[in-house]
Amino acid sequence: MLTFTIRRLILSIPTLLFISLVIFLLLQLAPGDPMAQVPLTVPPEVKEKMREALGLGQPIHIQYWKWIVQFFWIEPQVLLDHWLGTTFSEGKLRVISWQTRSPVMDIVVQRIPQTLWVVGLSYIVGILIALPIGIYSAYKQYSVFDQSGTFITMIGFSIPPFFTGPLLIVVFSVQLGWLPSIYDTTHVVTDWASFKVQFMQMVMPVMVLALQTTAQISRYMRSSMLDNLGQDYVRTARAKGLREGVVVMQHVLRNSMIPVITVIALGIPAIFGGAIITENVFKVNGIGQLLLTALFANDIPMVMTLTFIFAILIVLFNLIADVLYGVLDPRIRYD
Amino acid sequence: MTDQAIDPYAALQDKEPPKAPRSQWKDVWDQFKHHKGALFGGGFLVFITLAVLIGPWLWQVDPQATPKGREILTMRDIRPIYVALWDNTAKVDWAHPLGTDQIGRDFLANLIAGGRASMAVGWAAMVLALLIGTAVGVVSGYFKKADFWLMRFTDLVLSLPILPLLLVAVTLFRQPLRANFGPEGGMFILIVGVIGLTSWMQTARIVRGDILALKEREFILAARSIGTTSGSIIMRHLLPNVISPIMVSATLGLATAIITESALSFLGVGFPSDFPTWGKLLADAVQRMEQYPERVILPGLLISLTVLGVNYLGDGLRDALDPRIRGR
Repeated sequence: MLTFTIRRLILSIPTLLFISLVIFLLLQLAPGDPMAQVPLTVPPEVKEKMREALGLGQPIHIQYWKWIVQFFWIEPQVLLDHWLGTTFSEGKLRVISWQTRSPVMDIVVQRIPQTLWVVGLSYIVGILIALPIGIYSAYKQYSVFDQSGTFITMIGFSIPPFFTGPLLIVVFSVQLGWLPSIYDTTHVVTDWASFKVQFMQMVMPVMVLALQTTAQISRYMRSSMLDNLGQDYVRTARAKGLREGVVVMQHVLRNSMIPVITVIALGIPAIFGGAIITENVFKVNGIGQLLLTALFANDIPMVMTLTFIFAILIVLFNLIADVLYGVLDPRIRYD
Repeated sequence: MTDQAIDPYAALQDKEPPKAPRSQWKDVWDQFKHHKGALFGGGFLVFITLAVLIGPWLWQVDPQATPKGREILTMRDIRPIYVALWDNTAKVDWAHPLGTDQIGRDFLANLIAGGRASMAVGWAAMVLALLIGTAVGVVSGYFKKADFWLMRFTDLVLSLPILPLLLVAVTLFRQPLRANFGPEGGMFILIVGVIGLTSWMQTARIVRGDILALKEREFILAARSIGTTSGSIIMRHLLPNVISPIMVSATLGLATAIITESALSFLGVGFPSDFPTWGKLLADAVQRMEQYPERVILPGLLISLTVLGVNYLGDGLRDALDPRIRGR
């Protein structure tokens, strides 16, 4: 198992390099001049100097190498400095945003908590709703509950978040006036009343994202439970007189969770992608919204870093899913 | 004693004329018929497709036509006709059954035109993804040399962050394509291209798996032993056998393509604003959804129902095309 994990870890390095190259080349090939916003009165030779100051005069492979060094070598040093108070990164050039002229990572670190709160909480809520639905509808296959559950998950599957979001805003913010439609990220939780405000503003974005998760995971849970409920060991368990609760919740559930857990791990990067839309609907200033504003402002270092962070998440959770699958299921042997 | 001689030939003759052999597709249809959701879904998809195809002839209002001069004051922001049921002060007009938007364009005509664009993008992107996916799947399943590298490549593409990359690609390549193919044509090529290029991987994996299993079977060996070339083995023997997984992933691809296009339009990187798609109509209406919720709800409902229909159709097709489930 350990060797498999190490092998996968090593294999993920070329994967990440390839992805970073794809993103880099895409951004390089793209037309769009970062000097386009500079006033026309600025003489061309000054513009040329500004271009060189941004590192644009050099050939592509040197730009790529410099970006790699900045991202994989200098940024971790900054992180170390921040944690340990050392001075490894002093005087070294970090990835600088063209919009704000400040290091990209500093802005990302400011924005990530909002995204993590909304996305993480919605994922947990989604899973907590999905698992019981999946278990019960598999146990009572073709019952009214199962049929309606399948129908509702199909709907959750099909309605895009950019429709459910505005719909919820119309119903709960405009018509009923219960919940705020805009997520206020400057709000600080100090006491019970402010916690309540925080809770109220998180309900809608979390539920919109959770609907997608619930639909997906409850379908997997149902089919995984159905696969196991027909197995021989279930009949044996019943034959030796175990209570139904023990049979379903211990014997069947544990075996059925194995594929579901990998699906849960694989779904985490996708939900970050979905958060781009939800953050846009509810005006949450997380990293999805940051990506959008950076794109429209032609801020290439920011776009590159954010896209690459999404890529790291995908590769990381693919790896976690693979390893978890091997750990949980003793029948799977990678070696 | 019976002197009725038994005619040996008569006993062997069929009592009734032989039936035509049942075709595979009739079996599939028989199974498909039992899936109510799939029937409704398929029916709705056909209905929507026909509606957006022949709609412009039935409802001959130009979606881009705006009222002239002072008429805009009376002709804009008309509510749908059904609003008059509960609000008799609402501004309604039978000439515009679903109302008009803030500059007086007819909303029904816009929905039809938007549906045309959305469905066209969906179908085209799905076909593109299927072609790439099937080609990659067949080649890597059939030719052992190509298998390793093609599948590594597929894995790599699978671990690309799709939505951010789509956003990046569409925003950055918008200008040159517009300059070359015109604003609408350029965007159409761009969006279909990027969706198609980023959604072929699942098809490729499924097709590869099926081809790997099929090519060890005897009929392929027989075909090869009489000197059939690889190309005609693929075209004549392998592809017809993997048509059912391809059809199932086609339905999924159609649903994803429609949703992705709408999401791009919603985020403001899709088609130009005078070229309506359902996602574009929805995104434009979000600003004023308090006064005019129908402009959000109608396109949103159409997107959702179409995708729901396609998903149900896919579910039914999966059951109907799987010979192990069929007939149970």
